[in-house]
Amino acid sequence: MSSGGVATREPISTSSEWNFDLLEVYHAEISRIAGDFGLDTYPNQIEIINSEQMLDAYASVGMPINYHHWSYGKHFLSSEQQYRRGHMGLAYEIVINSNPCISYLMEENSMTMQALVIAHACYGHNSFFKGNYLFQTWTDADSIIEYLVFARKYISNCEERYGFEAVELVLDSCHALMNQGVDRYKRPSPISMAEEQKRQRLREAHLQQQVNDLWRTIPVSKDARTEELAPRFPLEPEENLLYFFEKHSPLLEPWQREVIRIVRKVARYLYPQRQTKVMNEGWACFWHFHITQQLYLEELVDDGFMLEFLQHHTNVLYQPEFDSPYYSGVNPYTLGFAMMQDIRRICEAPTAEDKQWFPDIAGSPWRETLDFAMRNFKDESFILQFLSPKVIRDLKLFCVVDDDREDHLDVTAIHNEAGYRQVREALSALHDIGTQEPDIQVYAVDTLGDRTLKLRHNMFQGRPLDDDSSIEVLKHVRRLWGFNVELGCYKGDSLDKTFRCSEEEIAIDTGAPSG
Amino acid sequence: MTFFIDRRENPKNKSAVNRQRFLRRYRKQIQKAVKKKLGERSITDTSQGERVGIPAGDTDEPFFHNGRGGRHTHVLPGNREFVPGDKLQRPKGGAGGGGGEASDQGEGVDEFIFELTRDEFLDFLFQDMALPNLSKRQLTGSDEVKRVRAGYSADGPPGNISITRSMRSAIARRVALGAGKRRELRELEAQLTSLVDPEAPGAKELLEKVDLLRAQLGRIPFLDDIDIRYHRQQDEPVPTSKAVMFCVMDVSGSMDQATKDLAKRFFILLYLFLERHYEKTEVVFIRHHTRAEEVDEEAFFYSRETGGTVVSSALELMADIISQRYPVSEWNIYGSQASDGDNWPNDAERCSRQLSAILPWVQYYAYIEICEQSPKPLWQTYQPIRDQHPGVFAMQTIKGPEDIYPVFQELFSKESA
Repeated sequence: MSSGGVATREPISTSSEWNFDLLEVYHAEISRIAGDFGLDTYPNQIEIINSEQMLDAYASVGMPINYHHWSYGKHFLSSEQQYRRGHMGLAYEIVINSNPCISYLMEENSMTMQALVIAHACYGHNSFFKGNYLFQTWTDADSIIEYLVFARKYISNCEERYGFEAVELVLDSCHALMNQGVDRYKRPSPISMAEEQKRQRLREAHLQQQVNDLWRTIPVSKDARTEELAPRFPLEPEENLLYFFEKHSPLLEPWQREVIRIVRKVARYLYPQRQTKVMNEGWACFWHFHITQQLYLEELVDDGFMLEFLQHHTNVLYQPEFDSPYYSGVNPYTLGFAMMQDIRRICEAPTAEDKQWFPDIAGSPWRETLDFAMRNFKDESFILQFLSPKVIRDLKLFCVVDDDREDHLDVTAIHNEAGYRQVREALSALHDIGTQEPDIQVYAVDTLGDRTLKLRHNMFQGRPLDDDSSIEVLKHVRRLWGFNVELGCYKGDSLDKTFRCSEEEIAIDTGAPSG
Repeated sequence: MTFFIDRRENPKNKSAVNRQRFLRRYRKQIQKAVKKKLGERSITDTSQGERVGIPAGDTDEPFFHNGRGGRHTHVLPGNREFVPGDKLQRPKGGAGGGGGEASDQGEGVDEFIFELTRDEFLDFLFQDMALPNLSKRQLTGSDEVKRVRAGYSADGPPGNISITRSMRSAIARRVALGAGKRRELRELEAQLTSLVDPEAPGAKELLEKVDLLRAQLGRIPFLDDIDIRYHRQQDEPVPTSKAVMFCVMDVSGSMDQATKDLAKRFFILLYLFLERHYEKTEVVFIRHHTRAEEVDEEAFFYSRETGGTVVSSALELMADIISQRYPVSEWNIYGSQASDGDNWPNDAERCSRQLSAILPWVQYYAYIEICEQSPKPLWQTYQPIRDQHPGVFAMQTIKGPEDIYPVFQELFSKESA
């Protein structure tokens, strides 16, 4: 890789020790190169932390500040244990989707690692946070920190006023429903979190008023109380369970509604991350790779730096084969990096196959094309749109169908002409949390009777819910709702199973006809 | 715009509150685990934290997820020989397993394991226990001192300057130094104003005098070195609580290593417990067969002697040591004795007399008998003494390692205090 020409420039550093002066120099170069490549980022706030602080950061799901809850203590204890026993290395960096973009760098990192991490997190992830539509729509980087400070203060005030056990009960229940606490299809309105805070006080009173209207207990004349006249509630099924409880649960105190809202906001903030793992990591790896290459081309770093860099780079991108003992699914780093690299290849040197598969991007300017891909897709659509036959061949991807009605697993498609499309669709579906997670919605409420809440699970491809955990979650649902809860699992229109949770009993009815 | 911030000096333990919440939520399970752990714990290792495991199911956070079954399409990397249409044997335990979801439960980890710090471990261990007879806990007369404020002094370090006091003495000084001159000045001014003719003889002189006095008064400093007062600090002896624990053990031929290990565990528990209540805890090891001697820990637990058993020899030695080194007015004295219960029959009389002599000096004396069958001779000797000194003298039998903690708990349970 040596340019072999005139050795005109000295590398920035040759030792593996880092210091703040060197960090500044590296950062200046990386920043310049990233700018040349057209990366648009939030300002960076780079913080150096030690391993214990990294463990702390792990514990609060990567948030720089969060309310107190025992489950974070549990995460802390378990990662501390794993780390101490050597079962787990710590991440080199954690990056927060905020403006300014906060990155935590570990002090144990070598100089090479710090440079790699700055390129990866402070320019790769950072520009992804700023550019990708999911982050732009679902999160508000400007005020997240402020909101978390508010949330922490609000919850600790509640703990003082109502006792932390009471607050913990609500939080436990909310956490159990966090995955059902996001509007997946409806785009959230773009009010900033800061503004929401201002409205919070007004809201408390208003919210209670609305709930009271719904549950008006002023007696109605007997004739009016007929099934026909009872308006269906909710009018449309509601996918956002936490939202539903916040707005409509009859017995909650205003502060409990606000706590639900806080968990909902946090869930919403985390929602894009779960859907862009492949793209986000692929994008960050792509840029740390090219930025570092550029540093080397400009002779700002030496061969030793590059060897260490490449070792880390290849470790991160290692994809064990499916029958390896180390296999734990498709590595999002590998897939994402391979696809990003491939898009560049298709743009710069398209083959006949590429021209046939990607007529609109083959031969186009690669930076614009990649930028477009980064901005407008999530993992599912990104794979569906850009996974090329070449990447499928390189990774030797194949499809296996596992149907509980069959005795055998079926290989249905492999990396050949007949299989590319099927592999691509299947891999895309695997990255769609809409199909990977159970679809559970609020279906109906018995507003005139005993207020039983009916949830409906639409089974996707005959996949049943896990019985034990569903019962546990239903207990939490019951706590938030305050009355009996039923969860019906439907295969199409036919009822497969019903979970019931009331004060007296918890039951699972299998295959019983719908009531 | 980029900032680098060095956070390494920031306080760690951001998770401390969450950690406490977790420990509190699962305190029952943890306490159980701690008790279990005590049996396995290496008996020399008391300075470290401890790994404990509690049932993982209890700490699960439930969420809606798919169970087994249904139709799943997996995409796997690294195909070598498969072609479409191949049928594969289903891997064991994976009937329609939903990939990642199934492994959530299938990992076979049935315990949630984590590390307690030493203090946390002891907190759980000694929950619901208290020392009896705490009346003598705080005693004075030790070498530890605390600095307390004691009035004011004219010198001291600048950090201790008392501003109000300094200003007050400055005012006093200014008043004292200027009083005579001011009086004179007032008189001269009165004369000056009473003069009808400002050009009159003497007027000029008067004016000069007034000016001089004014200048002199102006030279009196607002604040002078001698005004400065300092908070005075003084050493005051701090009442500290000190305890000495006597470990008395029979090392005659009848005590085998297993019995000694049981005794040792009991002693360690007692030591840890005392250490939490007193700022300073000393331990005296007395072993005896027919003769008693004071030894170090190693010799106490691991050297073997043979011969008969005369318990009174040890009690006499203990009494000697107390009177020589541990004045009753300064020390909380705890006695603990472990034995297999054998004693030379003719020693019984002397033994009970000696023990009765010691008991008024000690806070608590615990005797544990390690044997399969009770009562042995020593038990019978001690029984009447227990009845005479309830609350100070306690005795229990231990048959195996599993008895140690319950016996200990019984001895120090809060109700009995």
